Amino acid sequence: MIPGEFDYYSPTTLDEALSLLQEHGDDAKILAGGQSLIPAMRYRLAVPEVLIDINNLTELEYVREDNGHLTIGAMTRESDLEESTLVKEKYHLLADTAEVIADPLVRNMATVGGNLAHSDPANDHPATMLAYNAKIIALGPAGTRVIPIDDFFTGLFENALEENEILTQIRLPRPGPNSGGAYIKVERKVGDYAISAIAVQLTMDGDTCTAARIGLTNLSPTPMRAKNAEQALIGQVITPDVLEAAGQAAAAECNPSADLRGSVDYKRDLTRVLTKRALTKAIERAKGA
Amino acid sequence: MSKHTITLTVNGQEQTHEVDARLLLVHFIRENLNLTGTHIGCDSTSCGACTVHLNGRAVKSCTVFAVQANGKSVETIEALAAAGNLHPLQEGFWEKHGLQCGYCTPGMIMSAKDLLEKNPDPTEEEIRWAISGNLCRCTGYNKIVEAIQYAAEKLREKEPVA
Repeated sequence: MIPGEFDYYSPTTLDEALSLLQEHGDDAKILAGGQSLIPAMRYRLAVPEVLIDINNLTELEYVREDNGHLTIGAMTRESDLEESTLVKEKYHLLADTAEVIADPLVRNMATVGGNLAHSDPANDHPATMLAYNAKIIALGPAGTRVIPIDDFFTGLFENALEENEILTQIRLPRPGPNSGGAYIKVERKVGDYAISAIAVQLTMDGDTCTAARIGLTNLSPTPMRAKNAEQALIGQVITPDVLEAAGQAAAAECNPSADLRGSVDYKRDLTRVLTKRALTKAIERAKGA
Repeated sequence: MSKHTITLTVNGQEQTHEVDARLLLVHFIRENLNLTGTHIGCDSTSCGACTVHLNGRAVKSCTVFAVQANGKSVETIEALAAAGNLHPLQEGFWEKHGLQCGYCTPGMIMSAKDLLEKNPDPTEEEIRWAISGNLCRCTGYNKIVEAIQYAAEKLREKEPVA
């Protein structure tokens, strides 16, 4: 299958990329890793008139810690995230996520910024970034804008980025002491989207959960948090009954569709079970087990 | 529609070509360069038959535009036996019967090569993980894993791991 015709630009600076975006407006799409966009173009689901390829902006490829944050350049490849010692050691939820995105060949091209800017609720980073309470950094003609992740996703494939803005960075708060996270995904095969996947980031004080955020993958038209499940945990001494209550809350509040991957009832029950598993793993990590 | 002049290194040789922006790298490799060892399987970013190395990383060439390879190096399966001798990976697939129909083999080998360049002594699990983006419908994968283990050992004999 051959994509439709388009004009191609490959800026070498962010300024150049911004002015191209300004010039072409909504006729243009940004080409990051292309692992969602190029398949969509081959199927002619996307027929952009102009592609602005930002793969030469290597200044956007980095993973580093500063000022109590992990900062990830938007063009960081998933495989670089997967291989990052910093991520493996301190950001377990992110490390869990990076290694189950698509497949190793796709991860060599796919980018963290592209994954989020595509805003597909079936993608894995939205749930993870919701659980981390991340911030999205966007650059536009007026300068830099910080978008809290809770305000970022606005609909199916839709987000708070303006037409003339480029997502440049993702910033995660460094988890404090006694914090842990986990991502658990069930997929039919490597490379498929999740049937259900759960991202958890929480903090414990002894056996009491003092903070928790839970993101859900492919269980709603817009990437969502399981806020009722979070409320079932916060302030509670964690017992099997509390975990079950959180699992049941997530199963009730998610909004999956029936498809080739399963019925609504199956996806809800899988979500209940995976929520408990992800919480258990995150709690073990928070306790340093 | 824009046309572009690209200069890239293919299997060690620098070359310049004119391409349409929408030309996929796999079509460029097969049709413009006549390097038909790289296969098209699914055409949907699923099967990995079209795997090549772009700047040393294994990627699906059906999901990259040729114009994106401008200034970069591309390595295809044809580079492996360029000197007339089978690469240890090719030898491994031969010795261990790592193929039946052979359609997935070039992609499997290019993925395995990326793995062995990063990790010369992988576990079986690491091998299975590394080829998880490549589909084979004949072998059941066991023979492919054995072929990669064979190649890893041969390569380590040549260049012992420090």
